[in-house]
Amino acid sequence: MLRLDDLHAQYGAIVALRGVSLEVNEGELVALVGVNGAGKTTLLSTVAGVMRPRRGDIVFEGEPIAGLTPETVVRKGIALVPEDREIFSDLTVEENLRLGAYIRRGRGEYGADIDRMCELFPILRERFRQDAGTLSGGEQQQLAIARALMSHPRLLMLDEPSLGLAPKIVDQVFALIEQLHRDGMTILLVEQNVTRSLAIADRAYLLNMGTVQASGTPADLRQDVDMESIYLGGGD
Amino acid sequence: MGDFTYLLISGLSLGSLYALMALGLVIVYGILRLVNFAYGEYIMVAGYTLFLLSPSPLPWLVMAVVAAVMAAVMSYLTERIAFRPVREKSLTAMLITSFAVSTLLQNAALLFVSPRARVVPTPGIFSETVIIAGNVTPVREILAIVVSVALLIGFSILLRKTILGIALRAAADKFTMTRMLGVPANLVISAAFVISGLLAGIVAIFWLGRTGSVTPGIGLTPLLVAFVSTVIGGMRSLSGAVVGGYVLAFVTIIFNNLLPGDLYEFREAFIFTIVILILLFRPEGLVRGRG
Ligand SMILES: Nc1ncnc2c1ncn2[C@@H]1O[C@H](COP(=O)(O)OP(=O)(O)OP(=O)(O)O)[C@@H](O)[C@H]1O
Ligand SMILES: [Mg+2]
Repeated sequence: MLRLDDLHAQYGAIVALRGVSLEVNEGELVALVGVNGAGKTTLLSTVAGVMRPRRGDIVFEGEPIAGLTPETVVRKGIALVPEDREIFSDLTVEENLRLGAYIRRGRGEYGADIDRMCELFPILRERFRQDAGTLSGGEQQQLAIARALMSHPRLLMLDEPSLGLAPKIVDQVFALIEQLHRDGMTILLVEQNVTRSLAIADRAYLLNMGTVQASGTPADLRQDVDMESIYLGGGD
Repeated sequence: MGDFTYLLISGLSLGSLYALMALGLVIVYGILRLVNFAYGEYIMVAGYTLFLLSPSPLPWLVMAVVAAVMAAVMSYLTERIAFRPVREKSLTAMLITSFAVSTLLQNAALLFVSPRARVVPTPGIFSETVIIAGNVTPVREILAIVVSVALLIGFSILLRKTILGIALRAAADKFTMTRMLGVPANLVISAAFVISGLLAGIVAIFWLGRTGSVTPGIGLTPLLVAFVSTVIGGMRSLSGAVVGGYVLAFVTIIFNNLLPGDLYEFREAFIFTIVILILLFRPEGLVRGRG
């Protein structure tokens, strides 16, 4: 479904991706792990069109999408829940969701989509007319995911959705990701929490210094690599 | 009581225009972080449009609408032609571009019209007066208040109820995230410039109506006023711009009227002292949030 081929990206003189190739197949949950600064966020931003790749291809459902603008990429069916959630804090919960459905205006499914999100995230119904900035961290993460789902993506990319959340909330977030996966969503998950993301992933990639250091099933990865280094480097 | 009513109406009338000017400047700033130095020239464009239309048999109201629309068109065009090509480069490039656009438009007016003031048509009602609480009050001031308040209400409905308005507010907060949801960058930026130009055009009708004339340099004062108002109110907030506009206007009106004769000529120094004091205590402006 998504294929990256020899992807290079950099910030000015700082090279962040040096030839990454990876694949996400339809219906898969693929985990992308690696220490701080490995290039995980850069990879997701590049796919989402926020950054232009220096070199290499990004192919989504057979179509090259490298270098497209963010507003075009989301129309192709890719949604990103970014690292720091990027909730619009002065907008209400409802307005956040309404913008999430921006590319689906005029389809008349808005009401049904809102109902579906409120079922998935009951807290959003309670906070519907509240400013999103008043939500707790966990609630904001739920809103960020719900907002992304409002665009009906075929590929959902999550950048460290458990970051900074209380342990109980982290459980909820992982349960939710599993549920979305069971319901058929294709997911590319970036996580610091290596154990937990490998536990729910179909396949995984280990990114280091902007290249893929190892890949395979979670079991392969656990065997191949000295995970200790990731845990130590990974912090949290 | 009479004095108080007089100050209140003058302050509200001037404040309404300041608020609209500030709003027009900050709506673009919120999204691009660009202080558009060509903003005052949209007021000039509206003025010369009125001047050029004055020999025509059109009713004044039609001329005024055309003038305001021309300001919006000019604002839209400067974005398309001047700002868009340098947008990806840097903020400095855009700032310099806005200086260039400002200079270019002023020189065009100098060259093709005249460096001297030109008379703009004003409707009869602008020179009428009414007595309120014993004070002779220009009807123009009352109209400025009514039109501005109506515009502010309309604008706030647009921002809250329409998807474009919600997108504009979101873009002022997190532009890239807004784009990631599918809102085209060019759409919000164009919309911001059109609204900015339209506000400048509407302000122009009342601003020029005070003196009844337009000069190539007419835009400088409105630009300064808009800038100082947004600084007072808080650069990151639309409501802050409105608050800042009214505060600056009331400070100005109070000093203009209450300073004794021999201090009067220093009134701008007094006004800016107050502005500095406000900023000392509230460096981010009076309104901190966005909204
Ligand atoms: N805006 C930026 N400007 C310059 N360099 C950057 C920028 N963002 C990231 N980098 C650099 O690019 C490299 C990859 O960063 P990236 O954020 O993609 O890593 P990451 O794997 O997401 O890390 P983390 O686990 O901390 O989120 C790092 O060396 C980082 O310092
Ligand atoms: Mg990251």
